Amino acid sequence: MYKATVNVTLRKSILDPKGKAAHHALEDLGLTDINSVRIGKLIELDIDADDKDKAHEVAETACEKLLANEVMEDFEITISEN
Amino acid sequence: MSANFGVIVFPGSNCDHDAYHALAHVMNANTKFLWHKDTDLSDIDFLLVPGGFSYGDYLRSGAIARFSPIMQSVVDFVEQGRPVLGICNGFQILLEAGLLPGAMLHNEELRFVCKQTHLRCETSDTLFTRNIEEGEVLQVPVAHGEGNYFTDEDQLKALQDNDQVVFRYSDADGNVTEEANFNGSVDNIAGICNKNRNVLGMMPHPERAVEKLIGSDDGKKIFESVLNELAVA
Repeated sequence: MYKATVNVTLRKSILDPKGKAAHHALEDLGLTDINSVRIGKLIELDIDADDKDKAHEVAETACEKLLANEVMEDFEITISEN
Repeated sequence: MSANFGVIVFPGSNCDHDAYHALAHVMNANTKFLWHKDTDLSDIDFLLVPGGFSYGDYLRSGAIARFSPIMQSVVDFVEQGRPVLGICNGFQILLEAGLLPGAMLHNEELRFVCKQTHLRCETSDTLFTRNIEEGEVLQVPVAHGEGNYFTDEDQLKALQDNDQVVFRYSDADGNVTEEANFNGSVDNIAGICNKNRNVLGMMPHPERAVEKLIGSDDGKKIFESVLNELAVA
């Protein structure tokens, strides 16, 4: 069993209004050293696969077909042994 | 024989009855509900994908609904050149299904916006807008949190070049201004059609603008265009 951790974020070129709102709030808290905030989604998948590469392949297909919308989002997959 | 209209119902659709009312009671069209598990669209001439929160908007608006059994039939229906109108969440579903280009981001100001808006009709060259003049302004309400239409520059240029931008947010006089673009959509886009011009997606709700009593009946012009078109087809 492998665990895939998928990070889905808005593409860099796209303004992230949620991140911007959180950034303003952090500045109001006095945390002025933070230059930017981007908010995304964390998705965890438990995958039955023979090896790490196969697990990555499955996770990638899941991202392309459903978990991320590549018109506006990027995704990043990290595989670990469960 | 008059045309048959189908209104698709997904778990979480909530404008399906408004759409049914507009078509069946106001436009006097033969209309029936289609459950998202139905797959037979052979007796349907026009499909309406209504607004709401299909599957609770989980993951992304429309992302799960597009895998409902009926959607493969909808893809076939579109390929056959038959007409589909997606409103609000229906537009989002058509985007996720790849039947229209682009995607929806959260409104720029992050708020759910429910209000009357003005739409400038940008093309009469669709079966949905044949009865509307280019530059004519319709008053139609919106109600959405994720209606900030996004597409990259190349795709936007393709939409413009192919005359696929059907409605833009404008002021009451038809000026396409930044103030009118309340959700931050690229190029003030409120509605687009596909290249074959048989699929229209729009965020505003024409089905809620069919009676003067509730603010506007400008939405009727879209349904009148469709009914005329289907009557002569």
